[in-house]
Amino acid sequence: MHTSLDHLFPNQSGTIETIEAGPELGRRMAALGLRPGRRIEVVRTAPLKGPMQIRIGHTELMIRRIDAAKICVNLVA
Amino acid sequence: MKRIAILGMPNTGKSTFFNRLTGAGARVGNWPGITVDLLAAKILLGGSMVEMVDLPGIYNLHGFSDDEQVVRHFLESQAVNGLVVILNASQLDRQLALLLQLRALKLPMTLVLNMSDEAKQLGIKIDLAELARSLDMPVTLISAKYGQGFESARHAIEHIVQHHPAARLADTAGLSQDDRIEVELDRIVSGSVSTPITLPPDITRRLDRVLLHPWLGLPLFFITVFLLFQLVYGIGTPLQDGMNWGLEQIKVDLLQPALVHAPLPLRSFIEDGLFDGIGTVMSFLPIIVVFFMFMAIIEDSGYLARAAYLMDAIMARLGLDGRSFVMQLMGFGCNVPALMGTRVMRSRALRLLTMMVIPFSLCSARLQVFLFFTTAIFAPRAAAMVMFSLYLMSFLMAFLTALVWRGKYRSVEPLLLELPPYRFPTFRQLIAQGWQQSQHFLKGASGYIVGGVIVVWALTHYPFNVPPASPTTLAGQLADFMAPLFQPLGIDRLLSVALLFGFIAKEIVIGALAVIYGAGQGNLGGIIAGKLDWVQAYSFMLFTLIYTPCLSTVAVLKQESKSWWFTALAVGWPLGLAWLVSFIFYQSARALGW
Repeated sequence: MHTSLDHLFPNQSGTIETIEAGPELGRRMAALGLRPGRRIEVVRTAPLKGPMQIRIGHTELMIRRIDAAKICVNLVA
Repeated sequence: MKRIAILGMPNTGKSTFFNRLTGAGARVGNWPGITVDLLAAKILLGGSMVEMVDLPGIYNLHGFSDDEQVVRHFLESQAVNGLVVILNASQLDRQLALLLQLRALKLPMTLVLNMSDEAKQLGIKIDLAELARSLDMPVTLISAKYGQGFESARHAIEHIVQHHPAARLADTAGLSQDDRIEVELDRIVSGSVSTPITLPPDITRRLDRVLLHPWLGLPLFFITVFLLFQLVYGIGTPLQDGMNWGLEQIKVDLLQPALVHAPLPLRSFIEDGLFDGIGTVMSFLPIIVVFFMFMAIIEDSGYLARAAYLMDAIMARLGLDGRSFVMQLMGFGCNVPALMGTRVMRSRALRLLTMMVIPFSLCSARLQVFLFFTTAIFAPRAAAMVMFSLYLMSFLMAFLTALVWRGKYRSVEPLLLELPPYRFPTFRQLIAQGWQQSQHFLKGASGYIVGGVIVVWALTHYPFNVPPASPTTLAGQLADFMAPLFQPLGIDRLLSVALLFGFIAKEIVIGALAVIYGAGQGNLGGIIAGKLDWVQAYSFMLFTLIYTPCLSTVAVLKQESKSWWFTALAVGWPLGLAWLVSFIFYQSARALGW
């Protein structure tokens, strides 16, 4: 199922398909391991529409939902 | 002089490596056009003196963040003999990308893989020989924290220095070209790094389950900051008092007897100007050392990044983040270390906005003034309410300032923060932090502080043949001149001279008032209660709360921002705000017939 990262719930994971971020955010994402083809897992989300904690490889990150919406993922059941 | 630059991603232990390699001799270097502090140290390597420069952590050589621009600017303008690239051994799958970009600079390079201990724990195996072969450069595996592998890392750097004796600039084509390195990255990683497919459930995840819990996380965060505050100031404040006591002893037992026969102006200058200036600087040292030792724990542990995660939903609306909030709260003890602590935020705009906000935190020095005034003027029940209203005002002014200035100091850097595994720094790392930051404060701020104290001394003591701070001194004349400004606030001439003293440090305001009113500290309360009604007193407290916290704060604002314009704004804005708030309060209270 195709969706964007911000729609994933904690403990769901997916494979990154495309990233539609500007050059600046896109570069930072790539440097932190967010690249198409990579497997990504949502660890937990902060309350009050706060950021998400995600895991990619050995890296854990916080990402704001607005930025997570720019990452299209293929949901892994 | 040979020069080697140390580069790497954030959270790779780059500074720990630098500190261990160079010892305690690091200095903040002066590089044209660079607005962040770069540590540099000269060490003897392979028979020649080499200057090691610790560049800020970057994610991407072609990125747009402030640190990434600083690194590019440095590499464009400073010739180096070579680069040492530090990467986290357990995250090579993404971090090697930086090395591949740096290779395009065509500078001699060596790769140092740090955190060998963590990689081992995670079961990650790295074929060093294969990695060195495919990268065509020496690779060493170290643990900067525990000091393992430094011998071979030193050898690799010596090798560069000996084989590339001439420093040169980076190939600028490599600074701008956008590269397709992903295929190469994957090829090298799959050829030399083996990673277990499933991660063992480690301590970090178990801790995060509690500390980042959706509902427990925030209460735990507040408890943590509260404990941190209690520890820093519970240990730091008695040390500060001890320092002040020691300085007073030196003044009374050594300085004053030695100056007995000196002419009065000289004696006054040395005792009340120069010595008090130096004393003001010294009195901050214990707090700064203790503050940064605890900050190193909270930062290196990875909890500060988690504070950003926990507070982001609230702070993002103010244009700040959770780390700003931690520093703002720490400012309630003392603004000076809190301002220096903003350095953990790497975006300059975010730092500057946080630095605008922190001085509104009601620090312990201002608390002394307010406690004195409220006990002198208000009944005990009312006094508690007054204190509460002042704390409320402190937060209100901070949020107002953030809202007003968030447009000008808007952070354009994406908030995509790494949440590194929980790590506990070694005692050695704590000492290094405390030492470096106090050195930094002494070098960066002490000149301004001593200078400022001397200026205020001159204002309040000249001419020398009249009592200090009396109407005929320069300060008294200044108060006359400023009277039209302060009259609408209910602040009379005597009190406005006290505000001038308060510019040096709020601790001395009460002592200054005693001098101004010609009273002992014992009966000062009674005199003030007789001269001021509560509206005047509250107006004075509001002004004292909001205007410049102290000279040392101003000096640190300049030291940290490296901008006179920003410093002027960070002094002018609260001054204007203080006037406005006091004016509104005083005039409305009087209009209501109080």
